[in-house]
Amino acid sequence: MFLFHRRRKDAKLDYLKILSAIHLIFYLLGALVLLFIIAPLLGMFLNTTPNQLFETANEAEVRQSIWLTIWTSLAGTLFFAFASIPLAYLLARRNFPLKKLVSGIIDLPVVIPHSAAGIAILGFVSRDSALGKMGSALGLNFVGHPLGISIAMAFVSIPFLINAARDGFAGVPIRLEKAALTLGASPTRVFFTISLPLAWRNIVSGLIMMFARGMSEFGAVIVVAYHPMITPILIYERFGSFGLKYARPVSVLFILISLTLFILLRWLAREKKT
Amino acid sequence: MLCLASVSKTFPDFSLKSVSFTVEKGDYFILLGESGAGKSMVLETIAGLVIPDSGAITLEKKDVTFEKIQHRGIGLVFQDHAVFPHLTVAENISYSLHGMPLTKKEKQTKINDIAIELGIEDLLLRYPSTLSGGELQRVALGRSLVQNPLILLLDEPLSSLDSKLKSDLRRLLRKIHAGGQTILHVTHDYEEALSLGTKIAVIQDGRIVQVGSPSEVFHQPVNEFVANFIGIRNFFRATLVTGNRVTFAHINENIVIRVVSEITAGEGFILIRGEDIFLSVEPVDTSATNNFEGRIVEIIPTRGGLDVIVDIGIELHALVTHESVEHFELTAGKICRLHFKATAVRFINN
Repeated sequence: MFLFHRRRKDAKLDYLKILSAIHLIFYLLGALVLLFIIAPLLGMFLNTTPNQLFETANEAEVRQSIWLTIWTSLAGTLFFAFASIPLAYLLARRNFPLKKLVSGIIDLPVVIPHSAAGIAILGFVSRDSALGKMGSALGLNFVGHPLGISIAMAFVSIPFLINAARDGFAGVPIRLEKAALTLGASPTRVFFTISLPLAWRNIVSGLIMMFARGMSEFGAVIVVAYHPMITPILIYERFGSFGLKYARPVSVLFILISLTLFILLRWLAREKKT
Repeated sequence: MLCLASVSKTFPDFSLKSVSFTVEKGDYFILLGESGAGKSMVLETIAGLVIPDSGAITLEKKDVTFEKIQHRGIGLVFQDHAVFPHLTVAENISYSLHGMPLTKKEKQTKINDIAIELGIEDLLLRYPSTLSGGELQRVALGRSLVQNPLILLLDEPLSSLDSKLKSDLRRLLRKIHAGGQTILHVTHDYEEALSLGTKIAVIQDGRIVQVGSPSEVFHQPVNEFVANFIGIRNFFRATLVTGNRVTFAHINENIVIRVVSEITAGEGFILIRGEDIFLSVEPVDTSATNNFEGRIVEIIPTRGGLDVIVDIGIELHALVTHESVEHFELTAGKICRLHFKATAVRFINN
């Protein structure tokens, strides 16, 4: 690609000259969009002093809530990954009746309002439901419990994982799997040694997306569990009870921790081979 | 050894129609056909990637028609090599050794031996993305050979390589065959077929139309399709000899043809396109170095004109227009002269 660009450099320069006026407008519009994203965040950061951040980070309530948010989202992501990754493989490789319908169902959580999703989840895990009754027998009540939070987070974020993993598997050339079969590998071994490693980058990307989406969920979780309080709900509560000024430091802290986490995860999952 | 009996398979847009042939132990069997003729489908059926609707495949007298792919003992090398990109060359080669009752050391020895045989011993720790097309094809070969397959299936293994790499790899394939490996090789290239095959089967539209030795198939094509597909009727076994920087192909004691070739000596085949031979009745002065006199045996109409067969000690086919035949009043039995340049003669090493 790089070579191609270099070879075409001269032609490209001419092309750029011709279109320079319209490109200038594009740059300007692009800059506006970037400003639109950055300005509110920057404003929030600038309105928060390091001292406020430090104090907020020392509050037990804040720390517990951030920790709760991270682990409930992570637990939901990892738990559902076990069943989602094989499903993604089937979607990429197999044809079965109603496959389009299945794909549509997987995308449902993205398109329905998240508060509505929360109501649905609440009905699904409440004490009267089958799952709720099973939980009660084990002494578990999902409503107002971290498990309920995990389920609500997973519900709204699972499409990100399944779709990314499906694209990953679809990108693995079938002839590599065929070649592995002719080299004496069983279908199970082919999956674990060829398909899964080659789709791994997309799968990790999907896992990170699902995890991130789960952590930022508010609407579905607040219906299922106001307490224990995940950070998005804590931010909302502080805003409702005390106002903008008190909601800001928690928001900044949560954003900083989330960003650090995702950059770290991306870095860990980076392509090691060149 | 490998026997296909009336193997049929129907797909919506293509079908294999009662494919039968036998590959004997030690054969270098070529399946020759145009693209889309069903060559790859035949290989995938033998390998077990495609299950036939009817017919039987036996390997070493054992029916493997419905045998699981991984238990067939067949090596398949794909056209685009299909080397695993996330594994090193050594890991690629050792992929099929998984689960074999071998110690780590024995596996290592096996990998090294195969790598040396294929000339890739320096690449063992490299990843495929850093290798050239020719190197990748060698890795793919090594990966299949290390499992000692009963038969090695090659799907157009040379088609994506440039001509220098092609001849290197041909030499390698000949060496592997000489080591006793039975090979079934699929190609659309008759030069490849001549250069490597001990037996050739021609496939057309999902059907085997002819099976035989290279000279049978090239000299006695069973139908017009085979004749046209192969395209070359002037095809002779020859010995190349060079003296005084001039190279000659000896076809028999009497017929010696001047050749321009990068190869200066050896056994093989010469090919001359009928279009490259021109014909006269009276002696003419030309720059062509090959000039022969002979009697016309037969004149056969073909797609591109008239195929005039002339006996000069061997039968040569010259392709000429209707106008020329009328102008020279050519008929069977008439004496005429044939001329062609040394550069019109292709030599294929075998």
